[in-house]
Amino acid sequence: MSAGTWGLAFAAAAGGIGTIAALVTVGPTRRWLVGILSGLSAAAGGATAILVLVGHGPVTVHLPQILPLAGVELNLDALGAVFVLAVAIVALPASIYGIGYTAHGLNRRSVQAMYPLFIVSLLLVPAAASVSTLLLLWEAMALTSLVLVAAEHRDRSEVREAAWWYGSMSHLSMIAILMALVVFAGHAPGETFEALRMSGRHLSSSTRSFVFVLSLVGFGTKAGVVPLHVWLPRAHPEAPSHVSALMSGAMVNLGIYGVLRVTWDLLGGGPIWWGITVLFVGVTSALFGILHALVARDLKRLLAYSTSENMGLILVAVGAAGIYSSSGNPMLAGVAITAALLHIVNHAAFKGLLFLGAGSVVAATGTRDLDRMGGLLARMPVTGAAFAVGSLAIMALPPFNGFVSEWLLLKSLVQGLPASSVAISVTMPIAVGAVALTGGLAAAAFAKAFGTGFLARPRSPQVEAAAEVGGTMQTGMVSLAVACLGLGLAPFALLDVLRRAGAALPSLWGGEPVRSVGVTLHTGGLTGSLSPLFIGGGLILLVVLIPVVLRLLGVAGRRRVAENWGSGRSLQTARMEYTATSFAEPLQRVFDDVLRPEFDLAVTHTAESRYYVEAVRYRVGIVDGFETHVYRPLIRVAKRWGEMSRWVQNGSIHRYLAYLFVALLIVLLVSQ
Amino acid sequence: MTVPAAVGALIQVTLVIAVAPILTGLMRATRAKLEGRAGPSVVQPWRDIRKLLHKERIKPEYSGWVFLLAPRVLLASGLMVVVLVPLITTATALGGSGDLFAVVYLVLLGTVFLVLAGLDPGTAFGGMGASRAITVAALAEPAFLLAIFALSVRAGSSSLATIVDSVLAEPRSLASPGSLLALAAVSVVVLAESGRLPVDNPSTHLELTMIHESMVLEYAGPDLAVVELASQVRLTIFLGLIANLFAPWGIAVTTHPADLAIGTGVVVAKLALLGVVIATFEVFVAKMRLFRVPELLTAAFILAFLAITMSFFLT
Repeated sequence: MSAGTWGLAFAAAAGGIGTIAALVTVGPTRRWLVGILSGLSAAAGGATAILVLVGHGPVTVHLPQILPLAGVELNLDALGAVFVLAVAIVALPASIYGIGYTAHGLNRRSVQAMYPLFIVSLLLVPAAASVSTLLLLWEAMALTSLVLVAAEHRDRSEVREAAWWYGSMSHLSMIAILMALVVFAGHAPGETFEALRMSGRHLSSSTRSFVFVLSLVGFGTKAGVVPLHVWLPRAHPEAPSHVSALMSGAMVNLGIYGVLRVTWDLLGGGPIWWGITVLFVGVTSALFGILHALVARDLKRLLAYSTSENMGLILVAVGAAGIYSSSGNPMLAGVAITAALLHIVNHAAFKGLLFLGAGSVVAATGTRDLDRMGGLLARMPVTGAAFAVGSLAIMALPPFNGFVSEWLLLKSLVQGLPASSVAISVTMPIAVGAVALTGGLAAAAFAKAFGTGFLARPRSPQVEAAAEVGGTMQTGMVSLAVACLGLGLAPFALLDVLRRAGAALPSLWGGEPVRSVGVTLHTGGLTGSLSPLFIGGGLILLVVLIPVVLRLLGVAGRRRVAENWGSGRSLQTARMEYTATSFAEPLQRVFDDVLRPEFDLAVTHTAESRYYVEAVRYRVGIVDGFETHVYRPLIRVAKRWGEMSRWVQNGSIHRYLAYLFVALLIVLLVSQ
Repeated sequence: MTVPAAVGALIQVTLVIAVAPILTGLMRATRAKLEGRAGPSVVQPWRDIRKLLHKERIKPEYSGWVFLLAPRVLLASGLMVVVLVPLITTATALGGSGDLFAVVYLVLLGTVFLVLAGLDPGTAFGGMGASRAITVAALAEPAFLLAIFALSVRAGSSSLATIVDSVLAEPRSLASPGSLLALAAVSVVVLAESGRLPVDNPSTHLELTMIHESMVLEYAGPDLAVVELASQVRLTIFLGLIANLFAPWGIAVTTHPADLAIGTGVVVAKLALLGVVIATFEVFVAKMRLFRVPELLTAAFILAFLAITMSFFLT
């Protein structure tokens, strides 16, 4: 057995023991054992991924005895390893965090037993190397996460509703994936990926397109792309926060993995409209996701919509890569695919961090409503600082990691034009505009999340009384914050190994798309370079130096604390502050046509005079348009259909016997 | 990074810090002249900064480290941009460390910190300014990035030095419709990002109409001095960018001392000219209603979009 095989075996074993430990132990022992064993499992998975990425070759495991007929085929190549690495980056800190977090009423047997299994399934899905293995692991991932989403179903009815949505959507997506892969495998000599890869290019173009569309729908649902995203803003907020971190930082990525694996590896790429479709799906998700994140009041819902947005950005890069490769520019495709892969790892780090931060806030205050928060930075300094790092990273600001991948993404979109075709010259400017608008709105959304959640003064008593969370939770958050800074200052190490992942997608890779010379990144195609270490390091150095210079100029160091000035207004209360809703109001007004908010403004006047106002009540509700206009009617139709079919199944044994008789007759007639 | 490159960058930083307050002073003086007032001297902003530096430091009651850090981050991000942008010479500028896209994100970093600082003390005006500033920034960013796209396509590079060099090598490319549209788009974005009329009135005294000024209402003393200097540095960078992207003549292409001296003189002259032009323009326009600003920025977005299409179809 090679080192990589041992790594995967250890990851699976640690997870399995974690599940058993959760079943047989109780109390704090259970929390610690589950946390440590899941963490070990994630660490082993991450180590295996790194081994593969630095060039140890793929890890292959063949276990014929586990599944009847097909057996389990695992093959972790460099492409899969990037996704395993992204899983490990979130799963390790999330597991440590979970030790403390599950003490808040989540230390139940069912929840704790599912958690290690969920991590193992996340780690193994990218290693699956046959259709049956992939489907089996995919289903394991969906079911374990469903149990975890429903963890608090006894406490809140929203959890039950979220679990229904999540379960239904993930099974509909399973059907799409199943159909795509079964049809694909039916036209191939076998069901291993090897066999599919050999025949992928030789299928008829209608079969190829059928497989592409269905796999985009199936995997896209998992990635939370619009309009298949509806489960995401429900399930992610209701799940326990360390599970949300895993779902948002790790699980949704596997949707992107599926699209890449099936479309550009197994099918070997396709016509240009595939790329254009993926790009526009990405653009729509990015814009729709960030607009809803911008107006969300619920902190975790905001983060969930932002996941939709980030998956959109990644799909924009994937789509651009597809377009470039179909129009004969594999090197430009390579830049785009590098941007996509780097953003996947970065997104895992900062979204994991933000969900863990949100979890700490929920644990400390019991609310997710941004309008009731405020002043948390003073009460929870570590959580607040970690959340600040995550927010700056997701806004793509230097010196954090989001900046590097967003820069690469924009670069990859811009560079197509000089070497252009009409398709490129029309789609790329639209994509750049959309990505840029998304970036601007993301800055607004996360300035809102951090600014109104953690700054200013508390807007409710339970937030006023909040206290910092415990050591394990802090460790989880701080380690991810360090990862965000490290990946932002020194992405070179990662970019060098991403080359191997790109090489696993030969149709999207050519030449040397992104190379790092010293600490500077250069991209192929349109020139222009970036040295994140220099920019980030320079910024940090200047921020440190400015007070020193001021001191040398004779400026006093001490500060006197004084009452807020507020333009001469005395006796400020927290009620005078801008809330999250009011902060986002101007942008909400600008995007009125898309968001279609429902207002309700009631002004009560005093009895003495109409000119004096006694109270103003303002209520604004923003609902997801896809949910009300697409899904609700569909659900209604499905319900009616179900009710119509009820008379077929009325419990009468005679009728069932009649059905059997008729069915038998039909079979006999048909087989004649 | 070679030694002359570092020297060039240092000269640029020193020059910008020295010139930025004077540029603001010049704009105020021009405006005063045109309005028939005597107005303060052009070095008044420097005197203000000196005065503020020696006042007491005040920290509002409920604010935290974000409030204290914001002025420094604002100034640091501005100075980082100065290091990257070719103002005096294209040969220094550590240009390889960052391109135009990096500039956009550095500018956004400063804006975001100022917005957070506006929210931190928890006053109503601070929040109001923060909310408006982020609205403008969010909508200006797409126009800015698309304009950069148009410029990069023309030069085949997003590196600032290469764009400038390509204009120097082929001045005719400036007269193309693509370049002119990009210039228009960038100008609108610059007015919005640096808080000038018609988007924001830098000399307003009415809090309800403020954007930038209401975010910094709680700053006093040395912190206010840093905020003021940083905003002036920002304006200088933006004007310097416009000057050198669209009229780069006179910029040094080597690090020879004589060339650097000429480059310095020329860039100061260009900044003064642009400052006077903007100040004159500001005399004749009124501030826009806040909810008309998105329309202006959308127009800039469309101009930038047309610039790209033009540069593709008309070359």
